[in-house]
Parts: sequence; C-alpha cells; structure tokens
Amino acid sequence: MSKKQLLTGNEAVAQGAYEAGINFASAYPGTPSTEILENLSQLRDETDDNHVYCEWAPNEKVALEAAIGASVGGVRSMVTMKHVGVNVAADPLFTNAYTGVTGGLVLVSADDPGMHSSQNEQDNRNYATAARLLMLEPSDSQESLDFAKKAFELSEHFDTPVLLRMTTRVCHSKSIVNTGERINLPKTTYKKNIQKFVATPANAKVLREQLKDRIKAMYEYACTEAFAQGISKVIEPTSQSGKKIGVISAGVAYQYAKDAFGDSASYLKLGMTFPLPIDAIQDFAKTVDVLYVVEELDPYMESQIKAAGIDVIGKSVIPESGELNADIVRQAVFGESAENLKSAIEAVGRPPAMCAGCPHRGLFYQLAKLQKKQPIMIAGDIGCYTLGSAPPLSALDTCFCMGGSISSAHGAYMAHKSTGREEDITVFSVIGDSTFLHTGINSLMNSVYNKSRTINIILDNRITAMTGQQQNPGTGYTLMGEETTQVDIPLLCKSIGVAENQIHIINPLDLNESEQAIQAAMAEDGVSVIITRYPCVLKRYSAQDKTEFGVEQKVCKVDNDKCKLCKICVGTGCPAIVYSGDRVDINAGSCNGCTLCQQVCPFDAII
Amino acid sequence: MSINKSAAGSILLVGVGGQGTILASKILSQGLMDAGFDVKMSEIHGMSQRGGSVSTQIRFADDVASPIIGLGEADLIIAFEKMEALRWLDHLKPSGTMIINNFEIPSVPILLGEAKYPEGIIADLKEKVDAKVVDAATIADNLGNAKAMNIVLLGAAVRAISKSERLQVLNDIDWDHIIQEIVKPQFVELNIKAFHAA
Repeated sequence: MSKKQLLTGNEAVAQGAYEAGINFASAYPGTPSTEILENLSQLRDETDDNHVYCEWAPNEKVALEAAIGASVGGVRSMVTMKHVGVNVAADPLFTNAYTGVTGGLVLVSADDPGMHSSQNEQDNRNYATAARLLMLEPSDSQESLDFAKKAFELSEHFDTPVLLRMTTRVCHSKSIVNTGERINLPKTTYKKNIQKFVATPANAKVLREQLKDRIKAMYEYACTEAFAQGISKVIEPTSQSGKKIGVISAGVAYQYAKDAFGDSASYLKLGMTFPLPIDAIQDFAKTVDVLYVVEELDPYMESQIKAAGIDVIGKSVIPESGELNADIVRQAVFGESAENLKSAIEAVGRPPAMCAGCPHRGLFYQLAKLQKKQPIMIAGDIGCYTLGSAPPLSALDTCFCMGGSISSAHGAYMAHKSTGREEDITVFSVIGDSTFLHTGINSLMNSVYNKSRTINIILDNRITAMTGQQQNPGTGYTLMGEETTQVDIPLLCKSIGVAENQIHIINPLDLNESEQAIQAAMAEDGVSVIITRYPCVLKRYSAQDKTEFGVEQKVCKVDNDKCKLCKICVGTGCPAIVYSGDRVDINAGSCNGCTLCQQVCPFDAII
Repeated sequence: MSINKSAAGSILLVGVGGQGTILASKILSQGLMDAGFDVKMSEIHGMSQRGGSVSTQIRFADDVASPIIGLGEADLIIAFEKMEALRWLDHLKPSGTMIINNFEIPSVPILLGEAKYPEGIIADLKEKVDAKVVDAATIADNLGNAKAMNIVLLGAAVRAISKSERLQVLNDIDWDHIIQEIVKPQFVELNIKAFHAA
C-alpha cells in the first residue's frame, strides 16, 4: 500500500533501503547523515516484525568493511556517513570497486556544502571518479527514496558498490514522498569465490581489467536506460522567447536552477552522475544556443563536459565554494536579486556554546586558567568540546579531524623536543569517548610506542553527544537498543602501555579533582591519560548511570546581597549565567545544577 | 482548485535552539499539505543545537523546487525571539509580514557583558514592515506551561496569514486534529488551547 508522507531526505533513504529488502546497515554518526540509520532501525512491517538489523560502528572504515562482508555473505547492505567519513573508509572502498559485490552494496555520502557542521566542504563526487563507482544524486526526498531503492538493483546488476551522494539540504529538507512496501528477496546461499574476493596482485590485475568493461556498461546505461527509467531527464521549456537556454544540473542544485531559470529554459537533470553521460550531454547541447552547468562546490561535471569539447558556462559565474540557493544562481547568471530590507540596529551574534551543566566546561575552565599561567598547547578533536575554543575559555590550539588530537599532540611534542623547548611547553590533547574509540586508540598507541610526553584527556561523557546522543562501544548499548559489552577505557589505555599510575579518572565538574589531576600529570614522565567520566547533560541516563552518578537535580541561585559583581562565574561561559550590567543572575530554566559557578565564586554568593 | 498556487509561498520560522521551532514547523507543514499544496521544509541541525540561532524554512506551491528561501523572498517570518527577528529581516519581502514574539534570549557575548542586547528592535521593525507583536511567553505562562509559547505563536501566525486571499484555504484546515496527530498525547489539550490563545 502506497502512503503519502512528508519525509526528510534521510528518512526517505532509510525507507528506500527498507523497501529494497536490505538486511544489514552500519554507520558512524555524522551530520548530516546520522538520521538515516536512526530511522532505518525503527522501520517495521505492519504485519510482522520484519525489520532491518542496523549497527553503529566505531568508525566509517569498520562500517564499510562490515557492509562489504555482509554483501559478500549474500545480503543487500548499506553504509552511511558524512563526507569526511568517506576519507576514513576510502581504503576498503577503492578495492571493493575492483571486487564488486554479491548482495547489492550502497554507500551513502552526506556532503555538507556551506559547512553547517563540518570542518571542510570537500566534494565527494570526486570519489566516484577516483574509485570508479556508479553514482546517483537525488535532488529531493522522493528521489532519495527511489534512488536508494534503485541503487541496490544497479549495484547487483553492474557488480559494483554504488555511491549515493546526498548534501545537507537534501538530507535535512522534507518533501512529499510516496512510500511502498518492503520487497521479499529470495534466501541466498554463500559461495566461496577466491578469484573475486581475495585481492592479491594476481587477482586484482584481472579485476582491474574487468573494471574497464563494467565502466563501459555503466556508461551505456547512463546514456540510455537511466533516461528510460526516469533517473535522468530532459525537461523541455513550457514557454520560450529569444535564445534557447539549456541547463545541466544534478542534486539540490537542480532545484535552485529551476527557480532561477524558470520554465523558459530546458534542463538536462542528471540523476546518475558517474559515469557522466557525455553522449546524452552532447545531444542536449545541440538543441540549445547557450549552455549552463549549475552545480554546488567543485566543477565536477563542468570539467568533464569541457574535456569532451562541449562549450558550457559554469564556475566562471557560479560560486565554487559555499552552499548555493536560487537567489545566488539568479544573481550569478542574470545579475538580478530580490529587494531586501536592512535595519540600522545590529543583531548581536549567537554562536553555539557548551550547554549549561556540560561536564566539559569544568575541565576546560581549568585548562583556560592554566594557559594564562604558563605555556601549554592543547590539541583538539571533533565533538562538542571543539566549542572549548570559543571565548571566554579559548582553550584549544588545533582541530583537524576525528581522532587527530592525540597524534598531533605527539607531533607537536616532538617539534618542541627537537628544538629544545620540551621543558618550556606542556602538550595536551582533548578527545571525546566516541572519538577516542573512532580513531584515537591508534594515536595513543603511537604516543606510547614512540616515547611521547603528552597529557591526553579523554572526555568520557558516556555517549556520542555532538550528533545527538548515539550509543557507542563504550556506553553498553547497541543501536538496536540491546545491552552489550562496554569498552573499559582505563584498561584499554593500560594495555596500550600507559603506566597504571598515570591514568587519572576524575569527575570534571569537581574543579579540585580536575586541577589535581592536571598538576599530577604535568609532573609525570611519558604519556599520561586523564579520563573525565561524567554523562552529557542531555543524556537520558541508563540504569548504570543512575547508580553511578545519581539523579539528584538542583538549581543554583545567586545571593545578590553577597554578590560583589566580580564576574568570575561569568567567566565560566555558562549560558545560564546572565550578567546585566548591575547584577548577575542564574536562569533557573536553563541551569542544570552542575555547581561550577558555586565552586569558582570567591564570596559564597551562589547557593 | 480556484486559488492561485503557482507562485511559491515562503515562511521562515526563526529562533534559538530549544524554543520548539521544529514542532511548530511540522504542524504548519502538515496543514499546508492538507490544504493541497506541495510543501518543502528545510531545517539546519548540528552545531545550531547548542544555543545557536535556528531556522526552519517552509515553501509551498503547486510544485515547489528549492527548499530554501533567499534574501527578500519570505512572505512571512515567525520570530520566536526579538533579536532573531532582526537578524532575519533581510530575508523578508518588503511587503511581507512578521509575527514577533516579545521575548528576549541573550546570546553568549551579551551574557559575558561584551555586548548589549539591542534596544528598539520592535519599534524599528514596525516602522519597516507589517509587524505583529505577540506576548507569547505571558500567554503560555497563563496556560500553565511556558514551553507552549511556540504553539501560541503558530496560532497567531496562521490566523494572520489566512486573511490573505491566496491562503484563505488555511481557514478550512482542522488544526486541532493536526495537533492531535503530531503532539504527544499528554500535551494535546495544552497545545490546542495555546493554538487558539493569542
């Protein structure tokens, strides 16, 4: 039974995969991709309990490898990640493009043009060319469902992993979708195939040659059958005057182009963008006088079209960085923009901040204090705690990628050592529990192995917080909601080789404990680890959390008779504390009673 | 259908993380869908959840292309916070309407005393555009739950836009029923009251 619903692109991908009959999905959470698996794990058949087994992997490489294994094992499988996650998963990906699949395999890459919540805006369409993956690009939620579903068929038909390339605006925009039923696939049997799946040089050389034939076949499909199936389309103008304008576009950029050029242009709307159907583009180009290519980020299509000798206007007018919208396209092409109003009053910025009661604040408060007294360097990582770089704490020196803090801290220490500065500056790293388990473990191993002298702080808030509270191997629960074994982080550090007496486990909201641990670690030789163990303020406590951390909730209050307006509490950067020129108050609605302000107040004015 | 749905209508809901803009957008989108429009709704997740500015964009027409609203394109802005109304003014059509919650949430630079919450926002906006001010916080407090502020504002906004000829169709939508479908059972009664309160 078909149902009409308003779904996000992510919800639609989940639905498409569900309908395609997949049996396995894995992911590491990352905005804007996270909700795909959260939704997929919840989808159920109305008649029975037929659902898709989904899991969180510690990182994207592991997720893809598990999906490849499931595919070799004979079932349809999917792996989802944010754009930078594909960098982590690139190793198995490139070889999987040689070996191909048994059950259909789809990798969803959710790119983030405009960097709404990412450290870069790399264009992952380039991965399709580099690894030679069939690529589909949906432009709205209906296509997200349809293309996701189709992707599994194409994967099996061409014996290739398929890259389903999404962007933030496709992932997080809702549009109307017709959903269908889950198909029942026949049960498969496992067949061993060494020549296909053991990528030794001898086998890989054969597979590499076969890949050429596969690309040829996929190209033929992109030029012909993809149009017959409605994946790619030519849209004729409904009204016309003067020069015939043609627009080539894909993904959400097509929606912007459609608004900007209106119904007087013809469109070549491509759903399948690797291999790029140059013959079809050639035919389209012949029907128009001026040809534009409207695409977000890199000139991915433009360079291939130009290389084929087709004259096209692209990045000479359309911006190459940032997110597009209809307005930007209109202005770039026609020099027109809508009238808009401005006020003489300026709005004050509203940057994101660590939550009131965030356990990271206590630790960062001490690091901020320390960096005022003596030279220290703090290598940061990806998570909520990257906000520790924001004023007033400003307690971070670097942030590049997942798991990079511990290893870059080690490199920085080596730089100081080689220039005779190692006694003058202490190097710290800060990394969340989920990020440590993602790719921080190898880095810590490297530091110990290569005799580093760094203090590595693992901010264990008992959950993957930044992406919205996902379980991880340290929390004791799976994505499907089952109890499971927890990684023992202190024991793990010990087995890597960190001296047992140099592993400090503290409550970061206790400022004395934090300070003592930092001071103790600074006096130690070699690699030290401080584990700040306290749940994220947004976490729904598990039974274990309740026992370990209690559930008592109080609210702090300023005694304005005692308050001397020293503003030390304001310096914690807690958003519940309001300084209004002549008094300080605590907003009872946002305070979570962490007592940090109480601990820093020199006048006992906070109760 | 007799109404002209070919030109896309654009509504922006702006506020601060945690103010309930997303629930209000869900109800509004469902209403527009029930009225027969094609609807697209876009929101930004991620960093914005940590007390930053949040926005939800809704576009509706016979056939909607872009899910996002450019500068000077919004027919209606529902601002859940005063300074956010100011921030998003450049997205409003000069002939558009603003529904402004008479409510201040100071941002971090203001909390730190590095900046002052701007004064005279409402007077300035009223001078420039068709701006309606709602004391949604007080109204919600009187209903017994400050969190219902979002639905108080939504109700006020829906009544304001259904006066236009093109959107009269919204008067026929059973909003109470939509609230019942979307909101958790224990909050249905409160939210229905809130919807009609302003």
